[in-house]
Amino acid sequence: MTVLLEGKGLVKTYGDGTKVEAVRGVDLTLERGEFVALMGPSGSGKSTLLNLLAGLDRPTAGEVWLDGQRIDRMSEAALAKIRRRKVGVVFQFFNLLPTLSAAENVVLPMLLVGRGRGDARRAVVPLLDGLGLAGRHDAAPKQLSGGQQQRVALARALANSPDLLVGDEPTGNLDSVAAKEVLGLLRETHQAGQTLLLATHDARVAAAADRVITLRDGQVSGEKVLQRARPVDFPFDGDRWS
Amino acid sequence: MAMLAGEREYGYGIKQAFEAKFGDLLPVMNAGQIYSTLARLERDGLVVGEVVPGDNRGKRLYQLTDAGRQELAGWIETPVPGARLKDEFFMKFAVATSVGLADPMTLIERQRLEYLQSLRDLDAAPDGKGPAAQLLVDGAILHLKADLEWLDLIESRLTQWERVG
Repeated sequence: MTVLLEGKGLVKTYGDGTKVEAVRGVDLTLERGEFVALMGPSGSGKSTLLNLLAGLDRPTAGEVWLDGQRIDRMSEAALAKIRRRKVGVVFQFFNLLPTLSAAENVVLPMLLVGRGRGDARRAVVPLLDGLGLAGRHDAAPKQLSGGQQQRVALARALANSPDLLVGDEPTGNLDSVAAKEVLGLLRETHQAGQTLLLATHDARVAAAADRVITLRDGQVSGEKVLQRARPVDFPFDGDRWS
Repeated sequence: MAMLAGEREYGYGIKQAFEAKFGDLLPVMNAGQIYSTLARLERDGLVVGEVVPGDNRGKRLYQLTDAGRQELAGWIETPVPGARLKDEFFMKFAVATSVGLADPMTLIERQRLEYLQSLRDLDAAPDGKGPAAQLLVDGAILHLKADLEWLDLIESRLTQWERVG
């Protein structure tokens, strides 16, 4: 296993007068191909930590290393370039551009890394189809259900085959059926080798991870390694019943 | 008695039907338990057993009496209690922490891992087990989510109490 992402002594403080310490000294390492969930109550620092590790925000102290490069002191331009190629992000509220179609939302990050428009348009088709959006490519975000919008957002995050996929409450704004679908897709991308780091309240999402890190008051309060799923004993054969 | 709601059955047939339906849910009943239960039910007039004419093995075929059907209907119709105040984890937790046998946070963290692992197991369970199994899985997942929330609550209360002193 090789290390993909490492946070060392991460601290994030907000405010000038009365300082709020959102993250208070976190060390965290992600191996390539791992699926790690960050759990913890609201205000525990999950989202802040996620943003620091994904290069979306800068730490007050500490270091972030992504794929062998230290990213927390990079210029904004250099960091943006790294993010586009190496990090895909899924948010709770999808954050799709409302004036673009589903396909155009996914094409955009491909154009930003210099792919040709025609090439990008072709690449989007299997990506959206594979996420269950066949026939919905030209729909505007507002014409799509929450679950479909999140699948478009997932396609957008995966558009440049990022080394790291991060998600901030990716099922937090979905009903249980859509949440289960999106979780199933996240699990599939993981099985295909994708490295995943998700902040979540949803125990079901956390249970899909290889490792669950719990935060409390900006610090790591627990770490659990989950095993492969054990077989479930059913009390009776379902088909004997109906 | 529910095993007799359909057709008449031998004691051995009841045992087989019971195991097929509830094999993993309830402890296995041995033949002795089945026959002593049938004898008690017969004494109470809830079932009646008779030797089939021509059967020289002396096996008795049992069926429900009218009183038995009423008793069964009454059991089925009575809702099961809703409050779940008996919780094995909490019993251990309360006992162990009150006498200082274990660190409360360690117990909570271990239990949380077990619940998360169980959730993972259930999510990976094959869908093809049939509709009843799927309902059971969905119910078990909802209970596990509630149990995990309860652990969060216990943990935050303990933390508050510690702060208050």
